[in-house]
Amino acid sequence: MTIPFYVPPEQQVRDKAEFARKGIARGRSIIAVDYAGGVLLLAENPSTALHKISEVYDRIAFAGVGRYNEFETLRKAGIRQADLMGYLYSREDVTAMGLATAFAQTLGVIFTREPKPFEVEVLIVEISEEGDEHRLFRVTYDGTLYDERKFVAIGGKAEQLVEALQDLWEDDLTLERALEIGTEAFRQAEGREMEGWEAAVLDYSNGRRAFRRLTGSELPAR
Amino acid sequence: MIGSIGPLPMEAPSPGSSFTDLLDSLGAKPTLNVPPGEKPPTAPEGTTVLALRYAGGVVMAGDRRATEGNLVAHRRIRKVFQADKYSAVAIAGVAGIAIEMVRLFQVELEHYEKIEGVRLSLEGQASFLARLVRGQLPMAFQGLIVVPMFAGFDEREQRGRLYSYDAVGGRYEEVDFGSTGSGSRLAKSYLRTVYREDLSADEASDMAVRALVAASQEDTATGGPDLRRGIYPTVLRIGADGVEELDDSVIAPLAEAAVDQIL
Repeated sequence: MTIPFYVPPEQQVRDKAEFARKGIARGRSIIAVDYAGGVLLLAENPSTALHKISEVYDRIAFAGVGRYNEFETLRKAGIRQADLMGYLYSREDVTAMGLATAFAQTLGVIFTREPKPFEVEVLIVEISEEGDEHRLFRVTYDGTLYDERKFVAIGGKAEQLVEALQDLWEDDLTLERALEIGTEAFRQAEGREMEGWEAAVLDYSNGRRAFRRLTGSELPAR
Repeated sequence: MIGSIGPLPMEAPSPGSSFTDLLDSLGAKPTLNVPPGEKPPTAPEGTTVLALRYAGGVVMAGDRRATEGNLVAHRRIRKVFQADKYSAVAIAGVAGIAIEMVRLFQVELEHYEKIEGVRLSLEGQASFLARLVRGQLPMAFQGLIVVPMFAGFDEREQRGRLYSYDAVGGRYEEVDFGSTGSGSRLAKSYLRTVYREDLSADEASDMAVRALVAASQEDTATGGPDLRRGIYPTVLRIGADGVEELDDSVIAPLAEAAVDQIL
């Protein structure tokens, strides 16, 4: 029997984190922005078939960057969790807070236990009862959970996007204006032409299921 | 073994799109096990529901009464439900089991749509409902029978379609109208004399209310419109724009006219 080399835990965590960060940095970014009618989720995505943004529950949406198969697995798990909670108890008992902590715990366990961590970062967004602040949760590859306000970004250019949004964002944006500042933030952060957009909203005007994808002419021009 | 770690359900039974199978795999599917030879408890039963096709879709309607033996168990029970954006389901039989079946069916359709990114086809919805009814079979042998009806607007074929079922999960597509429950024969005989293929949505809604009133005249388990308490039948219209539930203020005059005119 061979004895494995001893690797100190600090080293292991550092290596895994670096590995995950590199994977995420290669992917395109996603932002979520508060506007007057709800929350806009905007992603650079040249594919019209493979989505990064999805409906999870009545007022809750999910977005993921990084490895497609990994955030897709998480997305489906989140939908299962939400539908199970809503079915076993009541629709109002499904909250972004509960889901975000479940995502955080799951990613945390995968990060420490699995040989290869997930190379993903995810957003869980919920529009609040009318008038209150919306919930914007960001969960990183190691299960760290962040609670953000007004706008949030994930992916390789997250920092630059947040910097750009800090200058551009204002209260009570219309959806058109939110799309404008969103695309402008991407241009400033990336410094190049974009290859296509995927966008969806959680909007009060859509009734019980607030999620709606923007299609065709509603999407920003490239 | 990713499925065993963390609180999120990372794995689901193949094909992975069914909420019912997920519940089943967690041991949480609603079932009743009545030992053979034992008598099941008595429970309220829903009575008459019906559906008929009109030129642009389907109208589905049901009375509001549930009975337990010769007693009225509930006066305002609901038996017709929206299932999806373009479909609706109506139930007759043991109300408690049937309503839970509808709730599971609604979650199943929404779950499929979210997981797969597209709505389940109307045909797919109808056959899944047959599976749920068939799953009831052991209880049906104990006398706890549930018989639904299903109707919707087929987006691909651009027409309204409706299906009736039997207690063993048999599924039958109807071209004109259908009904199930204790007053169904009376409702169907009424519809048979007045039905036309080129009905408008308003004519079909009126006809649905009249058929329920006709059934309530002879079947004590079917509740007619209760004008004093303001209880009216439920009427859903399913067309190219989706499911629309008619407001009591629209149904009330139809019900009053039907009560006046049907002997």
